[in-house]
Amino acid sequence: MELGPIWRAMMRNKTGAVLIALQIAVTMAIMVNAISIMQERARVMARPSGVDEHNIFHILSVGFAEDFNERVTIEEDLDALRSLPGVVDAIQTNSVPLSGGGWSMGLQTEPGAEVDGTGVAVYFVDEHGLDAFGLNLLSGENFSATDVGLRDRTSTEWPGKTLVTRATAETLFPDDPMGALGKTVYINDDEPITITGIIEQMQAPWNGWDGVERVMLVPQHTLFGATRYLIRTQAGRRDELMPQVETLLAERNKGRIVRSMQTMDETRERSYLADGSMIKMLAFVIALLTLITALGIVGLASFSVNRRTKQIGTRRALGAPRGAILRYFMTENLMISLVGVLLGGALAVGLNMWMVEAFSLTRINAWLLPTAMLTLCLVGQLAVFGPARKAASVPPAVATRTV
Amino acid sequence: MFNYYLKLGWLSIRRNPLLSALMIAAIAVGIGACMTTITVNYVMSGNPIPHKSDQLFYVQLDNWDPNVSSEEPLEPPDQVTYTDAMALMRAGTAYRQVASNRSGLVLEPHGEGELPFTVDTRNTFADFFPMFDLPFQFGSGWDRAADAGLERVVVLSREINERVFGGEDSVGRSVRLNGMDFRVVGVIDDWLPVPKFYDVTNGAFNEPEEIFIPFNVAVEYQLPRNGNTNCWKPSEGSGHEAFLASECVWIQFWAELRNAQEEQDYLAFLNAYTGQQKALGRFPRPLNNRLDDVMEWMEREEVVEDDAQVMLGLSLLFLVVCLLNTIGLLLAKFLGKSGDIGLRRALGATRATLFIQHMIEAGLIGLGGGVLGLGLAWLGLRGIEALFGEFVKNLVGMDWVMVLTAVCLAICSALLAGLYPTWRACRVAPAGQLKTQ
Repeated sequence: MELGPIWRAMMRNKTGAVLIALQIAVTMAIMVNAISIMQERARVMARPSGVDEHNIFHILSVGFAEDFNERVTIEEDLDALRSLPGVVDAIQTNSVPLSGGGWSMGLQTEPGAEVDGTGVAVYFVDEHGLDAFGLNLLSGENFSATDVGLRDRTSTEWPGKTLVTRATAETLFPDDPMGALGKTVYINDDEPITITGIIEQMQAPWNGWDGVERVMLVPQHTLFGATRYLIRTQAGRRDELMPQVETLLAERNKGRIVRSMQTMDETRERSYLADGSMIKMLAFVIALLTLITALGIVGLASFSVNRRTKQIGTRRALGAPRGAILRYFMTENLMISLVGVLLGGALAVGLNMWMVEAFSLTRINAWLLPTAMLTLCLVGQLAVFGPARKAASVPPAVATRTV
Repeated sequence: MFNYYLKLGWLSIRRNPLLSALMIAAIAVGIGACMTTITVNYVMSGNPIPHKSDQLFYVQLDNWDPNVSSEEPLEPPDQVTYTDAMALMRAGTAYRQVASNRSGLVLEPHGEGELPFTVDTRNTFADFFPMFDLPFQFGSGWDRAADAGLERVVVLSREINERVFGGEDSVGRSVRLNGMDFRVVGVIDDWLPVPKFYDVTNGAFNEPEEIFIPFNVAVEYQLPRNGNTNCWKPSEGSGHEAFLASECVWIQFWAELRNAQEEQDYLAFLNAYTGQQKALGRFPRPLNNRLDDVMEWMEREEVVEDDAQVMLGLSLLFLVVCLLNTIGLLLAKFLGKSGDIGLRRALGATRATLFIQHMIEAGLIGLGGGVLGLGLAWLGLRGIEALFGEFVKNLVGMDWVMVLTAVCLAICSALLAGLYPTWRACRVAPAGQLKTQ
């Protein structure tokens, strides 16, 4: 092959080549890190919330009238909701997964103020909680109606029973998570509470929390003035039931406002809005960047073809076939690209190390580097193909002209 | 001469329209991407109250768990307890001081058939209005006597006043909030501090609350709270009183201190206060009280989102790619004119004049790229708005500073990109060029 001559010819006029190589290198550094961020966001977004998302919606009820009896209202609302045809189950709760606002408490295996607690998200539910959220109980048993108590805004007492997620059990009892069933743990430093069931999985309201899988269900109806109803419907009937439920609640009691009705699907979308948008923005940046780099390669390659028209003609006149000319420019570009992606690999790793440090991002996957290298080389080859073909079509007769 | 060079540059740009368009587009895309992210970062890190941000101080007192700090490493909690907020209010040591928290109430319009609706509420003190310089459309804030006298007064935002009173001067009229009548004392004009510095705990880029009522009234009538509340130990006993007496933090406390002496004195006062409280068995951690002015507080709370910074970094690298692109294309272009340059040199043009001439050409390209880039940045910001929705609508406006920055950045980038190609072009030896012609 003519690798040697191509390399030496390039070295005689290397500025253009160096610029392209640098451009490819920086492009690669951005590309690899952007894809790495996109992968991480996509991974986070794909985590299941643990509840039957497609068939659940929730709505806020805010009492304001002086004669508003929250306790009775909740009782009657729930009866009405549960008897609606198409509703699988309904509960009153303080929060839902991914909503961003909720309650957390510390649980500890030993009593005492000096013992460190494990942060756990709290959902207040009644005996319909498992069914309404669509949760899977691994062991133990559900609350019964007699377990369910009341809680006002400032009460600090806790009932004696709780259902926890497997992740909570794993953190509290790392040696034997499933043995957590029946164990007593402590809340508020020294109040005992017994784990009467273990739930397979459910997420806390905060998607960015490192303990996002640590959840406990507490059998209490909350009387906080504002409350949330969560309704699970039969598959496919959610959208039809939403307006019905809104009207039903609004008309049942005029001493309150119902608002912020939302499907779990919408809650998920809002929760991951920033991550989803980041993925879209980065994808756009990568596409635009690749385009700019490709156009740069086309521009410079065209220029170099124009400058070398005479030499090309001479080579053709001396007997070089079109293929040889085409190959010359393609090979030249491949050499530049290779230098560029090797440099780009180093830059990408450097940039990633810095971003891991500064923004606690994740490290790039090893396979991302060779893939990006291959892609950029291909883009280079595609970009240079047009100018190279133009070069190959230079007629040998050009060699005989003076200008 | 400048005009002549401008004309030469223009002619040269027109000679290779495709190459020139490519260069302008490359710069425009780079500038567009950069200015989009720079604008978002600029707004996020902006000073919401520039004329007195160095006189407003956020108070942090470390009443936290003796074993675990509120936030690693050794940060005090970002809000204060009711006990401490009231003690500091009573002492009144600062020139002005204000404790406030977020809440939500239900407003019942008087009109027939009008439905009640919820309003974002701030429970606060009289000093809030003069301290943060709220502009008033009608009336004014309440005075300190109203705080002490538990007067049920309210300040409305412009929007709420329009919704409830049709935008009239509603001072003296009453609004019904959670079943109680409040007398309107003032209506604020448009006021949108970005970031919402006085309460970054509950969303640094939220809009200001829709109504303001006296903090003491909210506590007295046990009106609901809905801001962030953090506790490190359970309150002793149940009920409202027990909660107020607990070590739970849920209040933001600001002090206005007019000079370094006042600041120093106030910190000493805070330290003396927590010292006394230690004697009562509170404040089990080592002394760690903080007094940050507005911008220090914004920095400590890291209000600029990581994502915005990552995008800023990536877009600056993007601009580098675009500039490398431009350097290559300019080089191609200038070297393509070698014959031209040789001729001019032979006719007596000095290297310096050629240098100026080509830099002007590069600058022209930069100007074109900048103007086009501004348009792209505007599109980029609309794109961000479309992606993120209402959450960012206060972050995607460009002011004249940003417009100027865009054009300057574009021209500087183009000049920088033009340096090497120009230098190469000026080194063209006239003789060699003329010979081949």
